[in-house]
Amino acid sequence: MRSEGRLALWLLLSPALLWLTLLIVLPHVDMVILALSERVRPRVYEFGFGNFAEFFKEPLYWHTFGRTVAFSLLATLATFLVAFPTAYYIAKLMRGRAKSLAFIACLLPFWVSELVRTLGWIILLRETGVVSTLLLDLGITGGRVEFLYNDAAILVGLVYSSLLFMVVPLVTSLDTLDDSMIEAGYDLGGNGFDVLREIVVPHAVPGILSGSIVVFMLTLGNYVTPTLLGGKNSLWFTEQIYNQFITRFNWQLGSAFGILLLVASSGIVWAGLKLSRQSLGTVIGR
Amino acid sequence: MKTANVSKGLLAALVAIGLGVTAASAETLRLITWGGYAPDDVVADFTKETGITVEVTLSNNEEMISKLRATGGAGFDLAQPSQDRILGPQIEYGIYKPLDLAKIDAGQFIASMLEATKANTTVEGEVYGVPHVWGTDGLVVNRAAAADVKDYTDLCDPAYAGKVSYRLKRPTLIAFAFAMGMQPFEKYKNIDAYEALLGEVEKKLVACKGNVKAYWEGADALMNMVRSGEVVAAMAWDTGGWKLNNDMPDVTFVAPKSGALGWIDTFAIPAKGKADDAAYKWINYVMRPEIAARITAAAGNFTASKGADQKIEGKLKEQYAESFPPEAVDNIKWYPPVPAGLEELEGKVLDRVKAASGN
Repeated sequence: MRSEGRLALWLLLSPALLWLTLLIVLPHVDMVILALSERVRPRVYEFGFGNFAEFFKEPLYWHTFGRTVAFSLLATLATFLVAFPTAYYIAKLMRGRAKSLAFIACLLPFWVSELVRTLGWIILLRETGVVSTLLLDLGITGGRVEFLYNDAAILVGLVYSSLLFMVVPLVTSLDTLDDSMIEAGYDLGGNGFDVLREIVVPHAVPGILSGSIVVFMLTLGNYVTPTLLGGKNSLWFTEQIYNQFITRFNWQLGSAFGILLLVASSGIVWAGLKLSRQSLGTVIGR
Repeated sequence: MKTANVSKGLLAALVAIGLGVTAASAETLRLITWGGYAPDDVVADFTKETGITVEVTLSNNEEMISKLRATGGAGFDLAQPSQDRILGPQIEYGIYKPLDLAKIDAGQFIASMLEATKANTTVEGEVYGVPHVWGTDGLVVNRAAAADVKDYTDLCDPAYAGKVSYRLKRPTLIAFAFAMGMQPFEKYKNIDAYEALLGEVEKKLVACKGNVKAYWEGADALMNMVRSGEVVAAMAWDTGGWKLNNDMPDVTFVAPKSGALGWIDTFAIPAKGKADDAAYKWINYVMRPEIAARITAAAGNFTASKGADQKIEGKLKEQYAESFPPEAVDNIKWYPPVPAGLEELEGKVLDRVKAASGN
């Protein structure tokens, strides 16, 4: 009976284990092997760190890399600034049915795919698009204006597409904050800013961090939004990876890029947790 | 005991799923091709005649090579890469198998095109490709707004700032090299000279970046920009220009002064294809003049089928004649096979152009 019980346990675990090894561990091992092989001549590859050296030798690659990381941090911050008031309003000032409705309103755009939402932004922002036509008709601008294909368009798209992932953890963590604490803050003579700084934000830190981690990861690994909204000036690191794999047939360099991206994102998340003195368990496990 | 039975059942189910995946039907042709090359009605008629079902996957050159490379040449029974893109990938990855020319009805092909394609796709004495559809890259111009765009370099004319478009791919590099008076194909064999040439083109494209509205990716995106008037001149395929011409008479395809670039898409059989006989049947079927004419009607491009062009009627024939006066046909530059390693150089140039700042 005992050995049967153990067999059953293994069988129950097997889907998860198979998933982990076949779809996560093995591909990553393969990626590391690929990244560490250099092309000598057709069909002959040798072990070496040439692909990583290539990344540091070519300014274009690390420039794109740095830009992507910096831009993702900026997008995360912008998402937080937009999401926090919204989340606070939903969690603290709304009640009952209105609260659920507001929550659903946040969720609604995510019922269609990211691609469709991005194409929606293109319809709005293109030179012959809705915004440009409106400004022209109202006489605010003299001619048509192109809003697409610049950094601001990318930022708008990124913030929009990751808003939900910031709002939800913020609402859940703000929900658990007892209203009487806020009252007490005012009773003790604090103004709105003091209460925000001393009571609301510290309580919401785990929510802020888990939201930021998710948004940062999503943004860093986003491909569709920067490529479509950035157009000729997009320059996103995932695009470089795609290019290496699909249009240059250089899987070795592409894998090296992938590993660098993985290391960078893990490192930044780790640094963020250290700086805020939180552990991954308290942030994600809630 | 019950748990043991359940687990045995589970195991059996898993094994069954595993087996199910490998058992594929023998009478299926998995074709990876370009949009329009396998119209639904042609596929239906082929199935009616031979009993073979055809699964069509739409793709492009890079994706075909990448997909076949990922599986070592499995997953598809027939592919249609361009003739210049067979040699390099074949040497590098070995993703195709040699063609059995005895199984192909050579009489249905335009002889000169067949021979040229065979020569360009020969690796170590074996032929890997035969021609199917051909066409050209050139200029799509809105004659009402940009009548004096006659060559690729005219796209960089400040008069059209923010109103032109081209792809950021290798044909653009080649096209600009020709328009700048250089001979890229003659330098294919000499990597250093080719790199120097690419350097010149890079400078030109970086300087030209401010003129570009967007680097187009899909044909639909380009058509959209031309239709809305946001773009008045672009580097594009002939078919794109003719399609636009159907509803915007001012827009048409123009063969550039320095010569249109000619491409030929081929038939090649992936190394681990499982339905070679079906593949040969498909090749011989679609090369029949009457079927080839239907493909031309669907894709807009002409085929290497002998006599099919005489069966083309109406608008397309006129558009072709207008875009290609006889001297422009003679001036078509056909892509020679790309030696392995060249695309890496080109890739870096394209990356740098993309990264350059320009508004």
